[in-house]
Amino acid sequence: MHKALVIDPDKCTSCLQCEMACSFEHEGVFNPAKSRIKIFEFEHGKRSIPYTCTQCAEAWCMHACPVEAITVNLSTGAKEVNPDVCVGCKVCTIACPFGTVNYESDSGKVAKCDLCGGDPQCAEVCPTDAITYVEADWTGYDKMRDSAVRAHS
Amino acid sequence: MSNYLILGAGPAGVIAAETLRKVDPSGSVTLIGDEPEAPYSRMALPYMLAENVGESGTHLRHGERHFDKLGIDIRQGRVNALDVGARSVALSDGSSVGYDKLLIATGSHTIRPPIPGMDLAGVENCWTLEDARKIAARAKPGSRVTLMGAGFIGCIVLEALAARNVDLTVIERDDRMLPRMMDNTGGQMIRRWCESKGVRVLVNTAVQGVSKSGEQLVLELAGGESLEADLVVCATGVKPNVDFLENTGIRVEDGIIVDNRLCTSVPNVFAAGDVAQGPDRTTGRQEVHAIQPTASEHGRIAARNMAGVDTPYGGSLSMNVLNTLGLVSSSFGAWDGVSGGSSTNAVDTLGYKYLRLEFEDDYLVGALALGLTQHVGVIRGLMQTRVPLGKWKARLIRDPHQLMSAYLECTQGVIA
Repeated sequence: MHKALVIDPDKCTSCLQCEMACSFEHEGVFNPAKSRIKIFEFEHGKRSIPYTCTQCAEAWCMHACPVEAITVNLSTGAKEVNPDVCVGCKVCTIACPFGTVNYESDSGKVAKCDLCGGDPQCAEVCPTDAITYVEADWTGYDKMRDSAVRAHS
Repeated sequence: MSNYLILGAGPAGVIAAETLRKVDPSGSVTLIGDEPEAPYSRMALPYMLAENVGESGTHLRHGERHFDKLGIDIRQGRVNALDVGARSVALSDGSSVGYDKLLIATGSHTIRPPIPGMDLAGVENCWTLEDARKIAARAKPGSRVTLMGAGFIGCIVLEALAARNVDLTVIERDDRMLPRMMDNTGGQMIRRWCESKGVRVLVNTAVQGVSKSGEQLVLELAGGESLEADLVVCATGVKPNVDFLENTGIRVEDGIIVDNRLCTSVPNVFAAGDVAQGPDRTTGRQEVHAIQPTASEHGRIAARNMAGVDTPYGGSLSMNVLNTLGLVSSSFGAWDGVSGGSSTNAVDTLGYKYLRLEFEDDYLVGALALGLTQHVGVIRGLMQTRVPLGKWKARLIRDPHQLMSAYLECTQGVIA
């Protein structure tokens, strides 16, 4: 069983540490706009939820890629974009029904969560454990993911 | 042991072959393509033309001896005829190949307008790898290039030609760019954007013929103007490759009619990808959706059903995403609205941003977006889950940019 990012929105304070850590890890800059995990606020900030790729079993992005630029990392289960192969066609960005693959105009490629190769920085820095990286079967996370997948199939 | 035959080595055929190998490891899988190339993606050709990738960057698979290792027998050949009684296809070299289960994934071919001169050297399509090589040889910096057709394919090619620093003119017969993917607001915005980047765009313009004057090609336009060009690229449409199916009893309309198992009207014969006219997830009608995500879904689901793993298909969704000289646009489903539906939009003319949403009852059924690159996939998510929008419909009508919030609350169930 692969570990998974488990998100508990009730614990999120919208501090954006996860976005900072993600953008720094992947782009070398502290810039929430370049983060692959995003915080969405509701009711003027009273509630917030961190949102990113669930590495879904369906892997709509991976199957839709015309040049095999998205592949599974067998050690983490993450669907990873290989920027050397990605041509920037953006088909994955419309194929993913979760909206978690985004086109980055600076690089001309797409970007998505890759679980930082097994040490996701968003979970590492989250001060309230709203984002944790744990064995997925401990958490009921699969249930949540399954319901999302069912809704999409 | 089942004997599977797949016609067509594009994405639908290749994904079907790989899926068959997975679900029926003992079956024999033969894949026949008619081009002398490793299986490649037409979608990637513009990126090769733009010199972002080399030829191998267009290949569907990169692993060394990928198909050999999987035990998939790839052959080059062109199919002349199908005999569904004898379960055999005749190839143009005179040989024939038998099957237990057949997948037709023969894709589509380009069509050119019936005007004089379309067969001249220097009038090219941009459809095959060989076409792309010919265009690359002629489209040099400063070359005068005329692109006929500003549809989806035309606009991808436009991007690639512009990257080669050619002197570019685009001619579209319709009243706007992308007439089948964009409404007037979006189409005009893309046109203005292209013009601001130095591309000449002629809409409402028909080409009456092409002739040769010395080394130059000359296009005669309706209205009397003529245009000189070093290269004419024709992107005026494609049609499914179904000619070899005449007299087989396989039902063909716009494409090959398939049910929700991707089976044709003839048992043991399946069809997938651009050539198939299959269920549309939102309308329930059978439509040809000649797009990459449909090809990949069709290929996978057809293969599972061919191998006897009953797998119904929820249907494809018409959608496209395009980059026109840096302006990203996308379209989904019934973007032009449905009768009795409701609509909303947000336009930022100077900022080149546009978002249009179409609703039927409580559901999102179509959308257009310009300048949207973040979380655009949730439009598909909202449409295909058919989740009732509830209070979010009124909110979206007030502010279409609330899409992501609407999606999170309506579909993910992570908020109480």
